[in-house]
Amino acid sequence: MSNYRIHGATGEWEVVIGLEVHAQVTSKAKLFSSASTEFGAEPNAQVSLIDAAMPGMLPVPNRECIRQAVRTGMAIEAEVNKWSRFDRKNYFYADLPQGYQISQLYHPLVGEGQLVIEADEKAGIPEDKVIRIERIHVEQDAGKLMHDQHPTMSYVDLNRTGVALMEIVSRPDMTSPAEAGAYIRKLRSILRYVGSCDGNMEEGSMRADVNVSVRKVGDTELGTRTETKNVNSVRFVMQAIEHEVQRQIDVIEDGGKIVQETRLFDPNTGTTRSMRSKEDAHDYRYFPDPDLLPLELDDAFLEACRASLPELPDAKRARYTGDLGLSDYNARELTAEVETFARFETLLAATAKGIGKPEKDVATQVANWSLSVAPGVIKALGDEADVANATAERQASILDMQAKGEISGGQAKEIFEIVLKTGRDPEEIADSEGLKQVSDTGAIEEAIDAIMAANTDKVEEYRSGKDKLFGFFVGQTMKAMQGKANPAVVNQILKDRLG
Amino acid sequence: MTELTELGVKAIRDGVAAGDFSAVEVAEAFNAAVAEAAGLNAFIVTTPDHALEAAKKVDADRAAGKEPGKMAGVPIGMKDLFATKGVQTTAASHILEGFKPEYESTVSQKLWDAGAGMLGKLNLDQFAMGSSNETSYFGDVANPWRRNDGGNAKLAPGGSSGGSSAAVAARIAPAATGTDTGGSIRQPAAFTGISGIKPTYGRCSRWGIVAFASSLDQAGPMARSVEDCAIMLEAMAGFDPKDSTSLQLDVPAWAANLNADLKGKKVGIPREYRMDGTDEEILKSWDDGIAWLKDAGADVVDISLPHTKYALPAYYIVAPAEASSNLARYDGVRYGLRDLPEKAGLQDMYAATRAAGFGDEVKRRILIGTYVLSAGFYDAYYTQAMKVRTLIQRDFTEAFAKCDVILAPTTPTAAFALGDKLDDPLAMYLNDVFSVPASLAGLPAMSVPAGLNKDGLPLGLQIVGPAFDEQGVLNAGLAIEQRAGFTAKPEKWW
Repeated sequence: MSNYRIHGATGEWEVVIGLEVHAQVTSKAKLFSSASTEFGAEPNAQVSLIDAAMPGMLPVPNRECIRQAVRTGMAIEAEVNKWSRFDRKNYFYADLPQGYQISQLYHPLVGEGQLVIEADEKAGIPEDKVIRIERIHVEQDAGKLMHDQHPTMSYVDLNRTGVALMEIVSRPDMTSPAEAGAYIRKLRSILRYVGSCDGNMEEGSMRADVNVSVRKVGDTELGTRTETKNVNSVRFVMQAIEHEVQRQIDVIEDGGKIVQETRLFDPNTGTTRSMRSKEDAHDYRYFPDPDLLPLELDDAFLEACRASLPELPDAKRARYTGDLGLSDYNARELTAEVETFARFETLLAATAKGIGKPEKDVATQVANWSLSVAPGVIKALGDEADVANATAERQASILDMQAKGEISGGQAKEIFEIVLKTGRDPEEIADSEGLKQVSDTGAIEEAIDAIMAANTDKVEEYRSGKDKLFGFFVGQTMKAMQGKANPAVVNQILKDRLG
Repeated sequence: MTELTELGVKAIRDGVAAGDFSAVEVAEAFNAAVAEAAGLNAFIVTTPDHALEAAKKVDADRAAGKEPGKMAGVPIGMKDLFATKGVQTTAASHILEGFKPEYESTVSQKLWDAGAGMLGKLNLDQFAMGSSNETSYFGDVANPWRRNDGGNAKLAPGGSSGGSSAAVAARIAPAATGTDTGGSIRQPAAFTGISGIKPTYGRCSRWGIVAFASSLDQAGPMARSVEDCAIMLEAMAGFDPKDSTSLQLDVPAWAANLNADLKGKKVGIPREYRMDGTDEEILKSWDDGIAWLKDAGADVVDISLPHTKYALPAYYIVAPAEASSNLARYDGVRYGLRDLPEKAGLQDMYAATRAAGFGDEVKRRILIGTYVLSAGFYDAYYTQAMKVRTLIQRDFTEAFAKCDVILAPTTPTAAFALGDKLDDPLAMYLNDVFSVPASLAGLPAMSVPAGLNKDGLPLGLQIVGPAFDEQGVLNAGLAIEQRAGFTAKPEKWW
């Protein structure tokens, strides 16, 4: 249970939050037409006769969209309904050519599921928490109105009309803005792992309708909720909740009542305002779409969907900490984004292979490199870095040399810098730029002998028990070797010589 | 030689193939007949060039020795509910006046591919809503038949395919397309003494047909013989991946397999269709039909379709419900009529456009449909009607365990006068009482002429078969056709 509480004038309040996330399905064609879904085309360049609702046009379901929604359902451990049906949601608007949206009210494709948001003390989430998901249904997106093209008219862009959306409806299980934020981030991560939605909130690929109500701590009845539509970033969702919570408490504490209504979020002010109340809410006259047969999925299709699922975030994280022995922090960071773990896993495989050791033996080295060393170098270089040069092969080669003791950590960074700038081969760089540690015992022994001869007093002190002086000898040796000596070799020889 | 316009589909096709006459001669003859028949108002637009061009191609293909299509050289009328590329497609409404699609409906394309040409776009009840062709924005269609009482009252050609029935009966088209939602092929066929078949739901693609009630709409042919219907239906039917409700079945060779020998077949007579107050002459023609089918070798059995009386009310909930949603797209935004009053906003434009663009009957059904789908009424009306629909389907399934086809009248009366029922929607709706059950069940059903009543007007008999058994329906139709000896034709007055 979250400990998120609002101190009102009349006492302590708690919050109940449910989210309806609209996620655009990754597919080349729309849900019921073959028009392209590519983002950023000229207005009305991607509109089929079906999307424009020309007389006599009929929808035909795009199997890929259904497949993606089914895979998503499986990824949230939900029941996939082998029999589902499309319904029409009827209303008039200029961005809705058919005069109805094809959706699924009565028999959704995906039933009850859930996901887990991870404990985050700082955010006020003391422990892992299960958020239940009521359903996922598939529906058509609407077009876009443009109000700034003409002084008295609005223009309509139908490119987005008919694009497939998954509406993912949570239970009202969240009790703080942080939990809502964590839920969306986790959901986005799962969608991106599955590949069913690109999760790009800026381009509108994911939007949330935020349902919020408040009640006094200890009350068991839910308060009246409001629904804030189409909020398109995690930060805005949290802001909208914070604002809405405070507004609702203020209204109630001033003796007013919360009206069940639809509200709009204004990202410029971080506030919500009323869009329409229940009284003038539409009567959508849902009924089964008679142009479409019920959607019936067979076992072979479902099995193929399941077989195509990748390792999901929770399982991957568990494997990283368990099998690979990574820290919780490293595991969480590496599994958060698809690109991050993909790069890590490629580099890990290449490095393990190069060094000839099991992955778990090099995992921490690769993780540290991936999460802190490499990003640090790239960041420091700024525009000079061409990250395309940082192939897994080249990075593995650097890590390989480092593991074998041929180069130091510092040299690894220097070599990587040159790789980023030039794309040259790391081994060649190490050789030609003199960026190699000296492991030649002869040279090191020579240096150590000279140092011991020049510091006989310190040798005596060390031998009489002042262990701390060992560091002094290491430092002197490295200095004499201009930092290029292999520290392990230096240590070994020093131990032998000092006795 | 017989006048070319007296010929039907098969006679024209075979005559062209045999070189008895050219397709161009046929097209010219029908184009001329169409031009002379403006008094019937059967066509909204005529397309003589389309018919002529198609005919020229057929003649050229024949000269080149190419295999002719099923409809090669046959000019037909196209109900103006089918989208035809570059040719105005209105559904007989003001709201689509002037609309020229950039696409061709699947069914019309199949007909052109089979060698047919288009004489024009046929009048109909607006958005196929009506039983008399009086709801058309483009005026009433007159039935070519008149009563033999010496008066010249104009009669309704039936509806909604009233232009189709009138044109075929008047010999200004050898055949025409129709669509049937609750009887819109069968009832006008019965009113004009021609044949028409509504195939199993899903046989003909709905792609490119202006939708009325999607779960019921089905295209079919209207012609002057059962065989012509079979030939044309073969050309129209077939799986279409663009229509999700299209049947994934091959098209049988219905025409080649026509067989009027009904030995071993059982014909069911539904007792519930013997309703009080049904016209005596209708009942008599039904008895004639029974006798003819017995003569063809069939056994006659009594059957029961117990939920028949609920079919009409259920139909008038389901069809308007779907229509209210299907017609939402006519909003003045993208095509067709736009009425934009001074300083109008979006809602005002919708209201003005739809008020001006839809006729009274269409508005009535949109209102009914909107009402029955409304929150608080949905279960009482729509859900209940869908349950009734299931029960009616079950009635038929049980009946077809006992018989192969069902014989019934097509309509409760012969053609009525234009204007007679226009102000009484319920009386008009009752015209569909015998045709609606098969529509709700999605079954193949056809009407064939049975004879004339004492007023000299044609009466039709209806045959309903189990799903996918168009052959059984056509065979029974042929048996009746051969025995009814229906050769009467309307006297030309137009």
